[in-house]
Amino acid sequence: MTGLDTDHRCVLSVGNLSVGFSDREKQIRPILRNIDFRIHAGETVGIVGESGSGKSTFALAMMGYLKAGLHRVDGRVTVNGCDMFVALPQALERIRGRQVALVPQNPAQALTPSLTIGAHIREALRLHSDLVGEAIDRRAIELLAQVRLPHPDILLARYPHELSGGQQQRVAIAMALAGAPDILVLDEPTTGLDVTTQAHILMLLRELARERSMAMIYVSHDLGAIAQVAERIVVMYAGEIVLDGPTRSVLRSPHHPYAKGLLASIPRFSAASRPLPLHGRPPAPGQAGSACGFVGRCPLETEQCRTQRPDFVALSANEASRCHHISRLAEWPETRKTEAVLRDHGAAQEILKIDALSVTYARPSLIDQIRGRPSRAPKTVDDITLSLRRGEALGLVGESGSGKSTILKALAGLVPMEAQQAVLDGSQDLTRRLELRRPEELRRVQIIFQNPDESLNPRQTIFDILAQPLMLYFGLTGSDLRARCEALLEQVRLGAHYLDRFPGQLSGGEKQRVAIARAFAAEPDLVLCDEITSALDVSVQAAVLDLIETLRREKNTTIVFVSHDLAVVRSVADKIAVLYQGRLCEMGPVADVYASPSHPYTQALLGATLEPDPDLHPTLLALDVTEAGPPPKGCVFQNRCHKKLSGRCDEEIPAWALSDMQHQTRCHLIA
Amino acid sequence: MIVLSRLPSWQRRSRLIGLISDLISRPSGAVGLFLICLHLGLAIGGPWIAPYDFKAISTKALLQGPSLAHLLGTDHLGRDILSRTLLGGREAILVTSLATPLAMMWGGLVGIYFGLVGGRVDDVLMRVVDAFLSLPWILKMLVIIVTFGTGIGILIPTLAFFYGIPVIRVARAATHDVVARDFIQAAKARGHRTLTIIWREIMPNVRDALLVEGAMRWSWMLLAFSSLSFLGFGVSPPNPDWGLMISDARGFMSFAPVGVIAPVIALSTLIIGINLTADALAKALGLDRTQKAPV
Repeated sequence: MTGLDTDHRCVLSVGNLSVGFSDREKQIRPILRNIDFRIHAGETVGIVGESGSGKSTFALAMMGYLKAGLHRVDGRVTVNGCDMFVALPQALERIRGRQVALVPQNPAQALTPSLTIGAHIREALRLHSDLVGEAIDRRAIELLAQVRLPHPDILLARYPHELSGGQQQRVAIAMALAGAPDILVLDEPTTGLDVTTQAHILMLLRELARERSMAMIYVSHDLGAIAQVAERIVVMYAGEIVLDGPTRSVLRSPHHPYAKGLLASIPRFSAASRPLPLHGRPPAPGQAGSACGFVGRCPLETEQCRTQRPDFVALSANEASRCHHISRLAEWPETRKTEAVLRDHGAAQEILKIDALSVTYARPSLIDQIRGRPSRAPKTVDDITLSLRRGEALGLVGESGSGKSTILKALAGLVPMEAQQAVLDGSQDLTRRLELRRPEELRRVQIIFQNPDESLNPRQTIFDILAQPLMLYFGLTGSDLRARCEALLEQVRLGAHYLDRFPGQLSGGEKQRVAIARAFAAEPDLVLCDEITSALDVSVQAAVLDLIETLRREKNTTIVFVSHDLAVVRSVADKIAVLYQGRLCEMGPVADVYASPSHPYTQALLGATLEPDPDLHPTLLALDVTEAGPPPKGCVFQNRCHKKLSGRCDEEIPAWALSDMQHQTRCHLIA
Repeated sequence: MIVLSRLPSWQRRSRLIGLISDLISRPSGAVGLFLICLHLGLAIGGPWIAPYDFKAISTKALLQGPSLAHLLGTDHLGRDILSRTLLGGREAILVTSLATPLAMMWGGLVGIYFGLVGGRVDDVLMRVVDAFLSLPWILKMLVIIVTFGTGIGILIPTLAFFYGIPVIRVARAATHDVVARDFIQAAKARGHRTLTIIWREIMPNVRDALLVEGAMRWSWMLLAFSSLSFLGFGVSPPNPDWGLMISDARGFMSFAPVGVIAPVIALSTLIIGINLTADALAKALGLDRTQKAPV
């Protein structure tokens, strides 16, 4: 693709690199094992792997850097002919920044809050270029313009907190470009950014790589993002490279069981099917032994896999894989469930009815308080009207700050809300604060949080955790209690032997299962899921989605599922509601909304969603700006809309328009 | 404690044993625990070990230097310094080891409550705590002791009260770290009572911090008790006490220094022992930030 300006000079090569740490018994525990890797000038390579696969360690090792406690066991990293682990500090100083540069994961943490953007970039230029005096300032402005930041001259005087996440990431990229490096290493550069922002950053990276014929190494857990930028994909698992090949080949016909399983576990936004989970868990970092790392999770496993670690074998000129059974990959079970997840709840009784719900975090000024008037600041969440039937699942989507979690917390009673009506099952008033709800009412609404590390008490055993709702709502004690806890664990596919463990002894997916079991222990009518899979790895995420779906079907529970990931929502929800700045934009059956989004914001969101497919590219519709709050009047999306009608959209709030029976949109363009 | 008691017995034991063996494996923990045990042993077994009666006055041997008869010499009334030093920690250790858990309990619970509930009550009461902390402790205690007397029955609650106030701050700060986490939100959303949340959700998470804090409080309380005795408000003569002994012997320090040095060494070894143990405990529990141990 960018072959025009690619000369076939190898700029960075990693030969048989092994990195490890010494444990208490002074045994070396490997984090990276026998890594072989080369990248040519102008090439873009994606390194994909789940948490603990060693991808970040690998990215840092390419800079000649290892985290404290890690040491190189074997092998070498060569940048333009210089061995990074042997080079003197002075030599490394010249290589880092000028030949290899790193863009760290979290720009908010990588930028010093007390220094201006200008100070950051000037420092990078002083260290990594030979410019002096005014040339530095000129170059700083050029660099900011190069990463497509508006008004670079004004931006130089700004502080990091005045910029949005996407802008901060652009500044971090500009700093890395200061030394005009040959190789740019990006460690999860778009993780934590909103989908629309992510799509813009990826486009920028693609253009930069083309303009500067720079080699780019893009490290990420997100195959969707990698598919957009990389020409070649390297798949890492348990500290090894298990597959290395051209993007198209890796995504279309992966020659490794793990890559195949990983691809099958990614929810697709283009297909209404549930992803297939990968069972089991990868070996803990440093625990991989002499067997194949994928043992225990692989359907093609044989005795040979358990005793002999496969070699990294070239399959063709540009593809290599680490598996004993590449020839048997055709035997892999059917990769996707084709059944549609559509269900008909038309006849079911309406269980949740919300009319004009609003939440405000702003406290009224003193004068307003005295006069008993509410705050005049725009409400955080306003005018939310929706209804759900028993057994239905509603997906609540929107970017960060759109108020999705606030709505959930309001329904759970954790945040005070106002509403004309918020009724559960015809009788229970949800506007009542937590303290005023009766135990029976509390039982019926349960919430599952995003991160199980936070939502499970680290000092309670799994038994203690599950016992809390059972003792509170059902008064269970003694052997009844224990038996019920065991049954709950069975329900979430965990054995009874987990009861006496602490959350710290469980993997991320197992912890989230416990959190789900705790919520369903109360036998609730309404379960609120707050981004419950976003802290999990993809291969685990599929299993958790599967579990939620099964429990919902078995217990006929109603679910409100909040997520920023549209593909995830598609695989679990019946109905979808799109939120922007705390206001609903569009609502309707999942299939309809995904097939024909009518609100410009929904179109922008769907357009920016990435698929692990080299042929599907995001379409960038909305402007990449971050708003601090909703506009004082008019349509909430007016500032970012590409179809804004001035005089109309900035004056009046659009009314709901029905495009068919249930699909409704709030936009002047429709009405 | 609630969590420990709910574990199967083998696991409960192994966690305690694990903690103790971790303590002993650290040099500071081993030395600290040895010093504490030594002093506890002496406090309990003192009357049987001491070569003389601590009250026995000998007018023939006043302010003598160390000799075979009196290994550490005698004081201004001719009493055996060794015997008095061996017994001098009894009352201090008894009073402080009862007052410390009391202080931790009331200070800890109040601190956790403030940290959890927050709001106006917290704002106002924390200013009261600040006001208390800004007064010199010795002044506050002297007021109580002068008013009510110096018996153990007065000293223990007084020490427990005043030393519980700074604990409020520590417990409140530790609670603030926990309260922000989702499992507290989850417990609130389930509708648990505040007391249940304190006891089941917060307590196990702040217990370690309070344990380490308690060890430090104990050593400060010992110093405070000895200071009171030094000023004549702690142990009443003729009962031996380190603070009192230092006070009595300081006039003769130039020609009979052992009378001051012996109780000073006794008191400081105990305090150093407690501090070393607290230090090792913090590291063993992973509370030491410099070690970057996971908490």
